[in-house]
Amino acid sequence: MNNLLTATLGWMDDRFPVSQWWNEHLAHYYAPKNFNFWYYFGSLAILVLVIQLVTGIFLAINYKPDASLAFASVEYIMRDVEYGWLIRYMHAIGGSFFFITVYLHMFRALLYGSYRKPRELLWIIGMLIYLSLMAESFLGYLLPWGQMSYWGAQVIISLFGAIPYIGEDLAVWVRGDFVVSDITLNRFFTYHVVSMPIILLGLVFLHIIALHHVGSNNPDGIEIKKQPKNEKGWYLDGIPFHPYYTVKDIVGVAVFMIIFAAALFYAPEMGGYFLEQNNFFPADPMQTPQHIEPLWYFTPFYAILRAIPDKLMGVVAMGASIVVLFLLPWLDRSPVKSIRYKGIVFKFALFLFVISFIGLGYLGMQVPTATFTLMSQILSVIYFAFFLLMPFYSVWDKTKPVPERLTD
Amino acid sequence: MKRLILATILLLPTLAFASTEGPLLEQAHTDLNNKTSLQEGAKLFANYCLGCHSANYMRFERIGKDLGFTEEEVKQSLMYTTDKIGETMKIALKPADGITWFGMAPPDLSVTARSRGVNWLYTYLLTFYLDPKRPLGVNNLMFKDVAMPHVLWERQGWQKPIYETVKDAEGQEHQVLTKLELVDKTNEKERVEKYRQEVLNLVTFLEYMGEPTKLERQRLGMWVLLYLFIFLIVAYLLKREYWKDIH
Repeated sequence: MNNLLTATLGWMDDRFPVSQWWNEHLAHYYAPKNFNFWYYFGSLAILVLVIQLVTGIFLAINYKPDASLAFASVEYIMRDVEYGWLIRYMHAIGGSFFFITVYLHMFRALLYGSYRKPRELLWIIGMLIYLSLMAESFLGYLLPWGQMSYWGAQVIISLFGAIPYIGEDLAVWVRGDFVVSDITLNRFFTYHVVSMPIILLGLVFLHIIALHHVGSNNPDGIEIKKQPKNEKGWYLDGIPFHPYYTVKDIVGVAVFMIIFAAALFYAPEMGGYFLEQNNFFPADPMQTPQHIEPLWYFTPFYAILRAIPDKLMGVVAMGASIVVLFLLPWLDRSPVKSIRYKGIVFKFALFLFVISFIGLGYLGMQVPTATFTLMSQILSVIYFAFFLLMPFYSVWDKTKPVPERLTD
Repeated sequence: MKRLILATILLLPTLAFASTEGPLLEQAHTDLNNKTSLQEGAKLFANYCLGCHSANYMRFERIGKDLGFTEEEVKQSLMYTTDKIGETMKIALKPADGITWFGMAPPDLSVTARSRGVNWLYTYLLTFYLDPKRPLGVNNLMFKDVAMPHVLWERQGWQKPIYETVKDAEGQEHQVLTKLELVDKTNEKERVEKYRQEVLNLVTFLEYMGEPTKLERQRLGMWVLLYLFIFLIVAYLLKREYWKDIH
């Protein structure tokens, strides 16, 4: 039996780099041995991607991208399709869990400077994944054709209209109609199930290739590839990804799935944060809801948009709040990568940034009042200050010396 | 379009403020495990709601199975609009007629418990009151100038609004609706209790109809979580075994 397997693998290897890939990316891919809690979210994001792809296929089998049938077909899935409710809830809350894992994954990069040289491209590819994910979830949110689907899309697409000269035409081009309509639904469905998944998968592939080319960062921000190798051919502080991190990540998967299942089976609406009450009203183009808000993962940017009274400037600020993230590798000029060796100034700045991001996320869900708008403006300033002042405070900051070897 | 949306966004605060009017929501303590309550609610729904409101995503057959009706019972006490048990709860009323008669087409009620919430529905059905200014003679505390007649009036009786005069901070006098009272007060206590129970039954049924798989979901969840906890233990032990030699 064993001989047969070895022979088969040999036959394969002569024709396709099976063993070579296995070794390069798993068995002989060396990762720092001190990965902590924050390092689970990369593999978990891939898990959620797979969940979304698989459940998405089953949903697309039963869903009808037609304005007169879409809402009913979702309820058909929820009631008449065998375990359709399970598949639909997995996909619906999977969207929120995708952003939870990706936000924690990105925050890890902020903590340990994982965007710094030589990982600038890795970070930028990651940011492109994040942008694609935003597009993918926005497109998908139209499909249930509820009131929030409809009016959310209406408000967001109308933002294109703020662009001078070409704005209105651009908005019509995106919608394919003068208002969000059946035509819009049809094309959004196509983008959601064909274009964006291809782009996402391609970017995730590039992200992993880039990661394996430069190697993983770690909580100490030390380059283990600069260390000598031991008798087994491992870097001194490195361990093979497989089996050590595969078995460790499986523990992460188990914990994640418990949280995911608890939400799925006992709080799929999550008090309106994962599935909005208003989206159980079928889309009605003649009736604007009293309060239009995006889902929680967009609200920080929505708050920045609303903080500025001028529509065009609001759109520009919202765009800038995402563009500035791309520049992070060049804004951080600290001599050290990890927060462990950074000084009080950076820690305080990061603390303020977290407050501003969560605060903006909260404000983006609220009905804007004068006080809330003022708060949004203050928090927006803090958000931008974190990035734009970083070239200065990251240099002034008193850093600690970085050791040669990992500390834990 | 751009202006419309901008105006909508700018007007949001005032609109949202208007929507917070009305009484506090009454808590509907629904129990989806209470088959009697669900069955009574289903009958009320078929008798009083299904004339004008459809439930296009809900099948009679499924109601029978989930609520413990026999096929015969379903046909006798629920099915007035069709003789096919596999059918959904459709209605003969055309949307255009609804607009002519009521000013709007009565909405489909399949998922209303999820869009409005059970407490809203419960309070709504309790707070119809006489209002001669309205075309159908009634208004509602939860839904100002509602187009729906008080179809359950023969079960509840008519309620009249009681106003009180209050002075605001600027010394202006206002008439404020403080409570609703039954016009006919014979056996008031028993009647109010009976009606509340009936509305609770109806709302329980609406909640069931909003998500017929809810109980199955919660039941299945226990097994999935149990499996995942065992999986977690095995995964953790495996990880610990492998990581013994890493320091």
